[in-house]
Amino acid sequence: MPHPLSILIWLPIVAGLGILLLGDRHIVTGRWLALIASLATLALTVPLWAHFDTATAALQFPEKLPWIPRFQAYYALGIDGISLPLIVLTAFMTVPVVIAGWTVIESRPAQYYAAFLIMEGLMIGVFSASDALLFYFFWEAMLIPMFLIIGIWGGPRRVYATIKFFLYTFLGSVFMLAALIYMYVKAGDYSIASLQALPLTLVEQRWIFLALMLAFAVKVPMFPVHTWLPDAHVEAPTGGSVILAAIMLKMGGYGFLRFSLPIAPDASRELDLLVIALSLIAVIYIGLVALVQQDMKKLIAYSSIAHMGFVTLGAFVIYEIVRATGSSHGAGMGLDGAMVQMISHGLISGALFLCVGVLYDRVHSRQIADYGGVVNTMPVFATFMVLFALANTGLPGTSGFVGEFLVIIASFRASFWYAALAAVTLILGACYTLWLVKRVVFGAVASPRVAALEDLNPREFVVLGALAVAVLVVGIWPAPLLKVMQPTIHHLLTQAIATKL
Amino acid sequence: MAVNPLSLESLSPAIAEIWLVAAICIVLMVDVFAGERRRGLTPTLTLLALALGAALTVRYGEVAGRTLLFDGLYLADELGWALKLAGFLVVALALLYSRSYLENRGILRGEYYVLSLTALLGIFVLVSANSLLTLYIGVELLALSVYSMVAFDRDSGVSAESAMKYFVLGAIASGALLYGMSLIYGLTGTLSLSEIAARLHGPAGPGVILGLTFIVVGVAFKLGAVPFHMWLPDVYEGAPTSVTLFIGTAPKIAYFALALRLLAYGLGGAVGEWTQMLAALAVLTLIVGNVVAIVQTNLKRMLAYSTIANVGFIVLGFVAGTPEGYSAALYYTLVYVLVAAGSFGVILLAASKGFEADRLDDYKGLYQRDPMLALAMMVLMFSTAGVPPFVGFWAKLRIFQVLWESQHPWLVVIAAAMSVVGAFYYLRVIKLMYFDPPSGALPPTARSTGVRFALGLNALAVLVLGLLPGPLLDLCARLIH
Repeated sequence: MPHPLSILIWLPIVAGLGILLLGDRHIVTGRWLALIASLATLALTVPLWAHFDTATAALQFPEKLPWIPRFQAYYALGIDGISLPLIVLTAFMTVPVVIAGWTVIESRPAQYYAAFLIMEGLMIGVFSASDALLFYFFWEAMLIPMFLIIGIWGGPRRVYATIKFFLYTFLGSVFMLAALIYMYVKAGDYSIASLQALPLTLVEQRWIFLALMLAFAVKVPMFPVHTWLPDAHVEAPTGGSVILAAIMLKMGGYGFLRFSLPIAPDASRELDLLVIALSLIAVIYIGLVALVQQDMKKLIAYSSIAHMGFVTLGAFVIYEIVRATGSSHGAGMGLDGAMVQMISHGLISGALFLCVGVLYDRVHSRQIADYGGVVNTMPVFATFMVLFALANTGLPGTSGFVGEFLVIIASFRASFWYAALAAVTLILGACYTLWLVKRVVFGAVASPRVAALEDLNPREFVVLGALAVAVLVVGIWPAPLLKVMQPTIHHLLTQAIATKL
Repeated sequence: MAVNPLSLESLSPAIAEIWLVAAICIVLMVDVFAGERRRGLTPTLTLLALALGAALTVRYGEVAGRTLLFDGLYLADELGWALKLAGFLVVALALLYSRSYLENRGILRGEYYVLSLTALLGIFVLVSANSLLTLYIGVELLALSVYSMVAFDRDSGVSAESAMKYFVLGAIASGALLYGMSLIYGLTGTLSLSEIAARLHGPAGPGVILGLTFIVVGVAFKLGAVPFHMWLPDVYEGAPTSVTLFIGTAPKIAYFALALRLLAYGLGGAVGEWTQMLAALAVLTLIVGNVVAIVQTNLKRMLAYSTIANVGFIVLGFVAGTPEGYSAALYYTLVYVLVAAGSFGVILLAASKGFEADRLDDYKGLYQRDPMLALAMMVLMFSTAGVPPFVGFWAKLRIFQVLWESQHPWLVVIAAAMSVVGAFYYLRVIKLMYFDPPSGALPPTARSTGVRFALGLNALAVLVLGLLPGPLLDLCARLIH
């Protein structure tokens, strides 16, 4: 298949535009078109994975067309071991979103599906761009559909939430843009490879690192620029929350791995404690904040921030490992852990938001207090919910375990205290997640509304079932995932601990 | 650079101006004899005249290199040629959007069209000027036409007031400009810009700096840079929307040319001095424009402050003081004009008889009332905010780039921060249109298919130029070098 990446990017976008043109009047056709397009995109990632050469860190399936000759900017695509899993995750998570909106979205459904499909294409574009300008183009363009999704189909405070979301992300991004342009002026082109190879002094690296970090930290989100996330999650429709948690947050982590570490290795080494400290604050403090939430979505949102703390911790703990042991041996585990954690969190948080969506569609409340004893009326749903909750706490056998375990092991190499603090999440995570499950799922039937609940319909069962399988597969047999990433992680580690000075 | 003797062939670079003068006479005459009952004739005829003018300019007006005409008073180059074509296009667009608005208010008169054409003639004269005198004639021809256009709705007190304000402040600006020019003339002994450029080199003396200061003030007044921006919001708000559209678009091209010819070309020897002045102006302009726009409740006034903010970016292009910088400013100007034409076009289409549609609240739930109009406005707003995939993004990117190249890191930071502030009020318009329910019974939007088609094309151009920005970027670079 020629140009697989271009097809992956443009197929959903074109389908989305098609649905937009069909309009709300032909929404039955539009809905099926959305499902077919998202399934086709997912299907197309299979040959991508199958033909992916796991022996090299080089960019694969490259495409290169002149785009803006004046800036030496190309429409250049190519993927390696860290972009491939994220692309597959994107394609995988869009399908449940389309299915979850099937009967729920009543106002402007055509635009709803169009927005999600266009966003899918743009997100795949972010992960597959090998030209920094193209990357930024996709990165920013993606804000528009998300802004509309939260603003149009969101909850009561949607306007506040969506504008906050947009402005936070935009603030981070413009400084990243400024940094990218600065490097372009020095390097003469926008290819990510030449930005990574660009020699930079420590002062330059420091500023560039901070500018990039602002953009990525907002997206991850890291403490203290995380406040947009709970608002956005609470107000977004279910599908929006899923995509936000499952994919959009990963872009921050991806940015750290793709840009910050290789472009500014010396600044990363110098400022690693800053990132590690913020990550540990996210893990512990935000974990405590999650504990006291009354709103299910808010709780999962805070849990997301805590879990994403592991991603940044794993990425930057490598410098502490080198500092403590004098060798990079075992540092790759931190990066491995960061990547696996991203994939796993994408699946689990997406699944949890879908679970909340299932309840919300029936009861129209997200308050924990309105529930209780759901297991009595919805046993199948309760099974799924408990499974995802346990995965969220990092139970062995689920994907949540692999990522956290790898990161904690890596932190041990650096310092006992990092590992000890990071491991607090195992307790806190269990506390807030299991307490949530206890209050919502178990106990006596709390209200007539809960008593009237009906269990999962086949549509919901398929969605949650697929996610459950994915969570278990990654948890029990993560080897294929690690194998795909291995050469790239190795290469990334070399780049990250080399010095540019 | 050759000074050609006057002959018929040598006039061909000035075909745009010559045709326009003829067209003004024709339109005026036809309008007089057409009478009240065939009012529709003049607008159509004017659009035809503009189309024909553009065609003639394409066919005969292109010049290779730089040619001086009329004893060196007139400079024909590729930049002027391209700007004139842009002028034809923008004025045609403005008149097309305005027609039903004018009709609804009973001010669809031939004079309006004639004044538009004389303003355009002023723009052309300015764009091609190679002498301080020609430059000044262009500025005044443009300004006087526009003053009268602002006052065109003679029964409206607000319009009259803003026209008065515009006239008085504009006169001060012209005075400052003229005074600065006279000082430069006194010091160099010549009115010709190319001669001035040749005679001014080395460190600028106090006299030159004094003259320069007045010129910068004049240019800043015309552009609407802070602190010389006071006229702009009042005029934008008070003028009939069709006139706001007009003054918000085509004259910007002219004032870009004014800054380029006068500062970058004529006073290029003092580049170090005027870039410093402009840097201070740009920072103030960016901050005031963006921050004050946030608190506006009137869309026209908000767009006026948005104009000020955008002028800040254009000035930043000049601050770089390099051909790259001027080409970035040119690109920004053209992009801005395209987007502004569309934005005011939306207001014109949303308005109807007795309803100005100029308050922000009038746009609540526009999506429900008119999805196409809302979509176009959303595209335009995202573009002005500088979000890809729309063309406004590249304009900002280009400015950032030239600021880095000319080593102005703090200006990059300020410009970046101010784009975020700016994003807020553009988002608010989208919020009103898409997220809010319609408030009360508002009159329906205009349904004329042709105008909607033009507006659709306008918005589409914003998208297409955003996806493939290469050609226009290359063109702007070529025109400056």
